[in-house]
Amino acid sequence: MIRKGSQILMEVLQEEGVETIFGYPGGVVIDIYDQLAKTDIRHILVRHEQGAVHAADGYARASGKVGVCLVTSGPGATNTVTGIASAYMDSIPLVVITGQVPTHLIGNDAFQEVDIVGITRPCTKHNYLVSSTAELARTVKEAFYLARSGRPGPVLVDIPKDVSNSEAEYRQLKDVKLKSYNPTYQPNIKQLRKVVELIRSAERPVVFAGGGVILSQASQELTEFARKTQIPVTTSLMGLGAFPGSDPLWLGMLGMHGTYRANMSIGACDLLVSIGVRFDDRVTGKTDVFAAQAKIVHIDIDPTSIRKNIPVAIPVVGDCKISLSQLNRLIDEIDLTDVPRKRQDWLGQIERWKGTNPLAYKQCDLIKPQFVVEKLYELTRGEAIITTEVGQNQMWAAQYYHFDRPGHFITSGGLGCMGFGLPAAIGAQVACPDKLVVDIAGDASIQMNIQEMATAVENCLPVKIVILNNNYLGMVRQWQELFYDKRYACTYMNHSPNFVKLAEAYGAVGLKATKPQEVESVLAEGLSLPQPVIMEFEVDKEENVYPMVPAGAPITEMLLA
Amino acid sequence: MNEKHIMTMLVDNEPGVLSRVVGLFSGKGFNIESLCVAETMDSKVSRITIVTKANTEVLEQIEKQLRKLINVIKLRDMTGPKAVKREMALICVHAKPEHRAEILRIVDIFRCNVVDVGLEHYIIEVTGDAAKLTALLNLLKPMGIKKIARTGPIALYREPK
Repeated sequence: MIRKGSQILMEVLQEEGVETIFGYPGGVVIDIYDQLAKTDIRHILVRHEQGAVHAADGYARASGKVGVCLVTSGPGATNTVTGIASAYMDSIPLVVITGQVPTHLIGNDAFQEVDIVGITRPCTKHNYLVSSTAELARTVKEAFYLARSGRPGPVLVDIPKDVSNSEAEYRQLKDVKLKSYNPTYQPNIKQLRKVVELIRSAERPVVFAGGGVILSQASQELTEFARKTQIPVTTSLMGLGAFPGSDPLWLGMLGMHGTYRANMSIGACDLLVSIGVRFDDRVTGKTDVFAAQAKIVHIDIDPTSIRKNIPVAIPVVGDCKISLSQLNRLIDEIDLTDVPRKRQDWLGQIERWKGTNPLAYKQCDLIKPQFVVEKLYELTRGEAIITTEVGQNQMWAAQYYHFDRPGHFITSGGLGCMGFGLPAAIGAQVACPDKLVVDIAGDASIQMNIQEMATAVENCLPVKIVILNNNYLGMVRQWQELFYDKRYACTYMNHSPNFVKLAEAYGAVGLKATKPQEVESVLAEGLSLPQPVIMEFEVDKEENVYPMVPAGAPITEMLLA
Repeated sequence: MNEKHIMTMLVDNEPGVLSRVVGLFSGKGFNIESLCVAETMDSKVSRITIVTKANTEVLEQIEKQLRKLINVIKLRDMTGPKAVKREMALICVHAKPEHRAEILRIVDIFRCNVVDVGLEHYIIEVTGDAAKLTALLNLLKPMGIKKIARTGPIALYREPK
């Protein structure tokens, strides 16, 4: 069949099961948009291209599908870069389609021309400049295949205007094969047997799970593994929800703002089974004393993650889900009757750590931000999808909202990208229309992509935004307080908009609480409304996130209050 | 300890591929001592040869990261005697009358070629391993080397005997 490039693009998107695209039109993508309007694919018109990518990111995490964006060339393309970098750090499968000036103008500094393939080369899993219409179908197919397979990630496809506008022969392609790309899903069974051997002999084992477990949908296998072997579990920020937060074996999050018992258990363990993690510096602290007494097992699909930051005794390259289910099978073959007795001392020690320094804050006559998150947890019975902005709000969300299921905590982990939460909530709400989606935000980061309120209202996406307003760039202020003698250089945000009126101006609902007694009623009212709601909480301005490990210190050396 | 390693990779012969390889080195703070690229017998495939200085851990990362690039088809460490290595250089040397005979003798001993002659210079073409090039340069230095262009080494694994 002879088809126009833009038609071919739509054919492939539909073959790939794309139901929603987040995007923003512009000069060189008018043809594509013209065709898009003729399909059943839903288009969410954002207010800024960065919002489109974060929304596709939130959509991908909540649905498990590939998130798709469509933007124009030049500024449209450059505005996607932050979103792409965030998705790349967190291994989120996205296909970002950018328009490009016609091929004969490339390199001429044409209007709205930018070398987006060059710009995004280091922050995409792969990217393409499509040079002819004949190559379009195969390229887009490859992009989806790359985005979702192996260690997932964003893939950018740059389509010049003449490529989408010209005609070419189109045939439906079945399989995509790349000679140089062949991710290892099957783990080496010999390595797994060594892991089982270590589990059998270990006295103080800990499991450390990360975002890879969620991406490979291995939570069930992980939970089975931990319960069978009675090994306590901690996760990275990205791994929250991979293991039930209400399970007795749950240690809480690990790292800079991890729980006392999680960090202490890493210092004391003799076996660390790490799965789907990449040992970010926010998790390890000082690397040479991280889990210093432990033999470290590292299971990950990406060989570059292994031994990148931390020496590993047993590397296992493979998919988390397949590796864990094979481990579970191997463990079934060994005698586990004495495990509960063997673990008694270790689990007892952890229980004592839990008792000495639990997560806590002091109530006063000001609203404590932690209290807001706790109340939110209670009122939503832990069932909401939580997105976050970045900073203190993100850490309090991670600490005080307990996640029992994967895909319910959506945060910019690796890049730490302020302005992520609201568009990500929009994407998650599109993916899960029947779920309650709440963005836990700070007064500063919410303003980085506040324009997406219009997107939420226009598309009837009833996201709820909880702003913990402390008039500060709170996390930076906390560092200034602790490490810079309280010199609060440029972190006081004297003027913010009236968020209640702002919500109303966007056609949403605005609510505000200034006293602890009002928190519950504001949350209850806001959560019950069928439209987007901003709930602002004037919180204790100088409240800090504890525990805290100073950057570069051993994770067992925490500031506790 | 940082040691010299030579690695070659077969890559897709497409625009932007070299930039991905080089960008990986600069972005991750790895070092490139020399770099050679040209098409292979298959016009869709190029061979890149890179010399880098790294310790064992960093080298492991470099190799893994390179393998992760979608356009890198095959990568091989060529360090050690299992591979043949050669480098070429063009050396422009001052050739004053009193030195001309001596330079030609050296060229003869090293089995090089003079590829350009002037009243005051020779351009010498030399091919060999790093040791040979260094030895030749040491001998020519006293005459005065005007300019030099080196390719950096290329390498091929020896076939089984």
